[in-house]
Amino acid sequence: MRGTALPGFSATILNSEKVKIGILLKEGPYNHQAADTAYKFAEAAIKKGHTVDAVFLYNDGVINATNLTDPPQDDRNIAARWSEMAKEHGVEILACIAASKRRGITDDLMIEGGSITGLGTLTDIAIRNDRLLTFGD
Amino acid sequence: MLHTINTSPFESPAMEECIRFVQPGDPVLFIENGVYAVQNGNRFSDAIAALQKTSPVYALQPDLDARGISSVDAEVKGIGYDGFVDLVEAHQVNSWL
Repeated sequence: MRGTALPGFSATILNSEKVKIGILLKEGPYNHQAADTAYKFAEAAIKKGHTVDAVFLYNDGVINATNLTDPPQDDRNIAARWSEMAKEHGVEILACIAASKRRGITDDLMIEGGSITGLGTLTDIAIRNDRLLTFGD
Repeated sequence: MLHTINTSPFESPAMEECIRFVQPGDPVLFIENGVYAVQNGNRFSDAIAALQKTSPVYALQPDLDARGISSVDAEVKGIGYDGFVDLVEAHQVNSWL
């Protein structure tokens, strides 16, 4: 049993439970902070032993998962780090097919560990996880 | 339920909409540009103080730091991504966009 005192919150969370988390990411990388917030949240959650089941990419969010991006070496590589998270921690990186087709993104342009799927999968993610967090505007 | 707000109240009605729906005891977490809401002494400070009578209010410290906000409204707690995860562990989440 672990007690986590949250700052400014009188209650103490006892019996820390691991949760399964789904993430919906709706904005493109290097354009909106959402891609960074979502990643850092997922990283922290995994570090604490929670499961990040899937990151569903919608609208410009699908650009997070293309293997075309090649940022300067001193910058974070957003697509590559999603790919690493997928491979190391089994996080599914799923791009909406309609959003991808509109942006010219096809299966062969996806990062390793990423794939294109239908919007119905977002419903599945919402159903099968304990939490669903949305990042974007 | 945890409420996250990622837009500044100066640019979006998200915070005010959230305040209308938040239930007593629900924590509210400001992230990204949302952290401008809790900069000490802005025109939303009264709304934050009123909200704090029923809800704990948090702001993501890295986002405060990134925007050079060193002084926040009284009782607003800065937390890191670890604290964010702890809140998500304890609550369902509503992301106000």
